[in-house]
Amino acid sequence: MSDAAARKRFTNIHVTQIIRYRLPASGMVSILHRISGALMFLLLPFVLFLFDKSITSEISFEFFKGYVSHPLVKLAILALSWAYLHHFIAGIRHLVMDMHIGLSKHETVKSAWVVLIISGVLTLLVAMKLFGVI
Amino acid sequence: MADNNIGAKRVVVGAHYGLRDWLAQRVTAVVMAVFTVVTLVLFLGASDFSYEGWAGLFAQQWFKILAFVTFLAMYYHVWVGIRDIWMDYIKPVGIRLTLQVFTILWLLGCAGWTVQILWRV
Repeated sequence: MSDAAARKRFTNIHVTQIIRYRLPASGMVSILHRISGALMFLLLPFVLFLFDKSITSEISFEFFKGYVSHPLVKLAILALSWAYLHHFIAGIRHLVMDMHIGLSKHETVKSAWVVLIISGVLTLLVAMKLFGVI
Repeated sequence: MADNNIGAKRVVVGAHYGLRDWLAQRVTAVVMAVFTVVTLVLFLGASDFSYEGWAGLFAQQWFKILAFVTFLAMYYHVWVGIRDIWMDYIKPVGIRLTLQVFTILWLLGCAGWTVQILWRV
């Protein structure tokens, strides 16, 4: 009880403080989980459009190939790829933590870094593949 | 505390105390993860990156149904997550309700489009 009393009272930060506020890795993973989810929700019609074109017929498939060769479309697909990868891997971290594994402060920060690094590396690979580096 | 929070005195919130949605979010996530892995293995494993290879995968009835179920799981998952966002950031009840209703209608529309795409292949 004295411990809780000694702790600084919880307050919400103002929205303009977000940029200057240093989040721990686990906080970064958490907010990026939400941002990546929101991004995929917003781009849902775009994803369905791409899926539709890619699969409906050989003619639409040719259109799809031409469409996704546009650099801006590639950027959108890259953003979606990052969102999916981050959401997927951060989600697995959640499922592991649901099983009461790795719940200490030290472990959650460590696993958060693992999420950030794996999703970062995989996104980099997707970027290289998309823009023809590999 | 335990006794004065039951019956008519119960503090009612709009989230069913979260358990059902929490569980649904996890179950749908696992369904999507399984589908992702199956699709990657089948598609990359076949190494036929042509239209034939891609559409051929979805032309099979069992895969169509698997994809359909996965999309439905995804839409439920999206609903849970987006509703969390509205509940966290949108405080005026009217605007929140409008956004929630719009989200449901939007996702139902997307589900209809998904059915059309899948059963046209």
